[in-house]
Amino acid sequence: MIPSQFEYHRPADMAGALAVLAEHGDDARVLAGGHSLIPMMKLRMADVPHLIDLQDIEALKGIKIAGGQITIGAMTTQHELIADTALHAAAPIIREASLQIADPQVRYMGTIGGNVANGDPGNDMPGLMQCLDAQFTLEGAEGKRTVPARDFYEAAYMTERDDEEILTQISFAVQQGGYAYEKQKRKIGDYATAACAVSITKENGTVTAASVAMTNLSDTPVFSEAANAVLVGTSCDTADIKAAVAAALEDIDPTEDNRGPVAFKKHVAGIIIKRAIERAASRA
Amino acid sequence: MKDEVTRDERVANLKGLGCSRKRVEDARFTQGKGNYIDDISLPGMLHGDFVRSPYAHARIKSINIDAAMALDGVTAVLTAKDLEPLSLHWMPTLAGDKQMVLADGKVLFQGQEVAFVVARDRYIAADAVELVEVEYEELPVVVDPFKALESDVVLREDLEGQTEGAHGPRKHHNHIFTWEVGEEEATNAVIDDADVVAEETMYYHRTHPCPLEPCGSVASMDKVNGKLTLYGTFQAPHVVRTVASLLSGIEEHNIRVVSPDIGGGFGNKVGVYPGYICSIVASIVTGVPVKWVEDRMENLMSTAFARDYWMTGKISATKEGKITGLHCHVTADHGAFDACADPTKYPAGFMNICTGSYDIPTAYLAVDGVYTNKAPGGVSYRCSFRVTEAVYFIERMIEVLAIELDMDPAELRRINFIKKEQFPYQSALGWEYDSGDYHTAWDKALKAVDYAGLRAEQAERVAAFKRGETRTLMGIGLSFFTEIVGAGPVKNCDILGMGMFDSCEIRIHPTGSAIARLGTISQGQGHATTFAQILASEIGIPADSITIEEGDTDTAPYGLGTYGSRSTPVAGAATAMAGRKIRAKAQMIAAYLLEVHDDDVEFDVDRFVVKGAPERFKTMGEIAYAAYNQAIPGIEPGLEAVSYYDPPNMTYPFGAYVCVMDIDVDTGVTDIRRFYALDDCGTRINPMVIEGQIHGGLTEALAVAMGQEIAYDDMGNVKTATLMDFFLPTAWEVPNYETDHTVTPSPHHPIGAKGVGESPHVGGVPCFSNAVQDAFRPFGLRHTNMPHDHWRIWQAANSLGLHD
Repeated sequence: MIPSQFEYHRPADMAGALAVLAEHGDDARVLAGGHSLIPMMKLRMADVPHLIDLQDIEALKGIKIAGGQITIGAMTTQHELIADTALHAAAPIIREASLQIADPQVRYMGTIGGNVANGDPGNDMPGLMQCLDAQFTLEGAEGKRTVPARDFYEAAYMTERDDEEILTQISFAVQQGGYAYEKQKRKIGDYATAACAVSITKENGTVTAASVAMTNLSDTPVFSEAANAVLVGTSCDTADIKAAVAAALEDIDPTEDNRGPVAFKKHVAGIIIKRAIERAASRA
Repeated sequence: MKDEVTRDERVANLKGLGCSRKRVEDARFTQGKGNYIDDISLPGMLHGDFVRSPYAHARIKSINIDAAMALDGVTAVLTAKDLEPLSLHWMPTLAGDKQMVLADGKVLFQGQEVAFVVARDRYIAADAVELVEVEYEELPVVVDPFKALESDVVLREDLEGQTEGAHGPRKHHNHIFTWEVGEEEATNAVIDDADVVAEETMYYHRTHPCPLEPCGSVASMDKVNGKLTLYGTFQAPHVVRTVASLLSGIEEHNIRVVSPDIGGGFGNKVGVYPGYICSIVASIVTGVPVKWVEDRMENLMSTAFARDYWMTGKISATKEGKITGLHCHVTADHGAFDACADPTKYPAGFMNICTGSYDIPTAYLAVDGVYTNKAPGGVSYRCSFRVTEAVYFIERMIEVLAIELDMDPAELRRINFIKKEQFPYQSALGWEYDSGDYHTAWDKALKAVDYAGLRAEQAERVAAFKRGETRTLMGIGLSFFTEIVGAGPVKNCDILGMGMFDSCEIRIHPTGSAIARLGTISQGQGHATTFAQILASEIGIPADSITIEEGDTDTAPYGLGTYGSRSTPVAGAATAMAGRKIRAKAQMIAAYLLEVHDDDVEFDVDRFVVKGAPERFKTMGEIAYAAYNQAIPGIEPGLEAVSYYDPPNMTYPFGAYVCVMDIDVDTGVTDIRRFYALDDCGTRINPMVIEGQIHGGLTEALAVAMGQEIAYDDMGNVKTATLMDFFLPTAWEVPNYETDHTVTPSPHHPIGAKGVGESPHVGGVPCFSNAVQDAFRPFGLRHTNMPHDHWRIWQAANSLGLHD
């Protein structure tokens, strides 16, 4: 658990960070909360000759809510997400999900940007951001671009982000309707055995919009358009939910690990998805 | 002199036996001022790190250290070849086997020590580890002990052709020993003739003590005066000194072993590890101090594991449920070397306590030890030697028998308990239980939880489940355990030939305060707090005025250390006995000062008083001052005493536990709604420390029962080498514990105390497990193996058709 030697950079602004990235290319990695990268370095599974700590870059912090849009700086911690009352009013699912990430000590350091950018299928925020149809802003030497969360993840630890880009902010619309984040884990600090984010909007008892996304049930987060399609136009009764769960399960591809074999994970996924939809529908 | 203080106030002032005195250690621990092994830094100190095997079984074709040695800051890279001239490439284990210090031609488990790099700092050492080139030729891996006994693959080539091991004949090249206790023929005859027989096979999985502080050492060889100082995470520092002397040839007076503050041991720090030996050799080679501290993964992968017992039982009873016989066979997976930490004559520890708390007239136990490609160990993880395995076995067998008899398991226990009047009780497998009152404890426990009410609620829940109204089942876990703690006596118990007594040396200072040194070593148990309380009550000096010191072999009297809940039963007894020697001399001094005959004064809390004239007295403070400063005819100056205590028997603490658990059948998620723990540890020295011990032991029981394991894949890779997968409970997972007690003193212990630190672990594991199994009993479950993590519970439900 001793990392190889590395150079530590702590730029004060984005220009500084991008300059180090441009100079060292593959040899540099940006550091947010460090919960994924630091253990990988200590295990010598990640060789990072140049580590760029983003914590001094003020522009990457903070939560703004304006014009029906929520914008969150990448270096905003999970603790800050939980504590922000305006955010809670505008998108309560963020607090609900954040409280299910690890423990307070981890959440004081862990950031939303690091959580979504790393591409770890175990992280909770990527699925949640797909549920909310969030947009990720990437900034590189050639300027900024925006990528939808639903298009961002390619495979485990593989994303749309180029090596020389930094994920700077996340934005999504103020939430409407009911929501739920359900997660089963073995213990505090564990990744999900199965987790599911659901958002449901109803008008006159009929579902007008539904969004179901899942965590740690494939090598990327899974946004289930099929499940959404099943739910829209229904009253979200027991049979509708059952059909939506069945559709969602078609989209997942869990693997066996110490949490259990595939059959167990699929079964638990079905239960967690069902509970998430039920709870979201009850709040819609 | 007017005495304005009441007798009760004088008693309270002592903070002696029975006082919930706050732990004196905690001031430094809670302020980060502890002094642990990694806090020790000596001038010029170098740092060691291991090259470890990625393979579970492989031949080493070559080791090239050139690149590592070329790295700036690297001082040495040791391999088995370097240790061989000193005969230190192998070392004896505590179980009569030997173990490679550094891989000698082959590796036998993943994580095995292959080479030891010594460098200027910890970072360079880690870099150099990467540069050591080891060429391996993979060999077939054996991780299943049953397959090991049929396999042509020879794990221990060094033992080839040896048909006799340390504990008798070896039946196969991967077999270590067979240990038998009791009468097999008689037991089989009883079982064959019985009305009812229940059989079950259970696997008590491999786990690990995982103390918060891993293992480490700092060795400092002073070549000028020939003295070796060894600091380390040692639960038995005096034994380490003797072993180090025997292995190195350095005379014992030239070795000083120091256990600094230890961040938890739980059995993990009893044995001797290659890191200790390598730090010593490296210090001898380099002439400067060398530190080795393992990391968490190294701790979990290579230092001593616990459990890994496959246990098959048969238990017989009359139709009415009176148990007539018990047969137990264990296949014990010891890994690559037999490095169990048990008293020499007990290769499976005290597994023969497996008749439990029950009056079982006939019994037989056989244990076969087996080599596999796993890490060595087999230590007593928060229990006396293999007692957790024994109690789990009998408490599961009782439950299975209750199913067979269609009987309530609480009632089945009650009718089979050893009765109060049967103590001292001779068990069929050779132990003499010192004292107990099981029926009283059991009745108190069942009443406290409203057992009948719980069963009624459970029946309603089952009915609701069957009607489809709930998907949650309710389990009621019961366990009644008897521990066997406090090894010696010396006549049966030794480690590497060293008798298992313990010791206390007391020095009273002229102003009436004192220091006491013991042969034990606290790893969090609070010895500095509780031993001072024993002494306070014995000698009348306030606990706050008594310093307790342990762990430095240059100053402390020889003792066998702290594990197996032996500190209070053995060193605590030595403390009381040494205190009584102090008191005897104090009595003579008091009599002289009061100008009466020795027999005319008597001890009263903190003073000696003239019998019948309590206004005439001398306090212990006055007596201490006189002992040093007044010429008393016939009495030599000073006030000191030492006691080496060889206990006449072990002590047998017991307890009654009940767990109420709700189980989500669909996800396998459990919710422990209630946990009630009644412990009887005899005389209670410090109720608050006992409470803390119970909470800690129950939490480790929760861990083991509900998820904690060292798991291997078929290639011998450790699947659970980090705390992501190895379950270490936090406040979040831990339920609220209700504690309770009865008091049945030990008749042979000077103050009647029995030891308690490990009881909750021993009793807790079967209690949690029985709760899970009990929930599924109405649906036909007999037994399912631990750990009861979500997927295994789900699988149990699935196999019962509860997901259809």
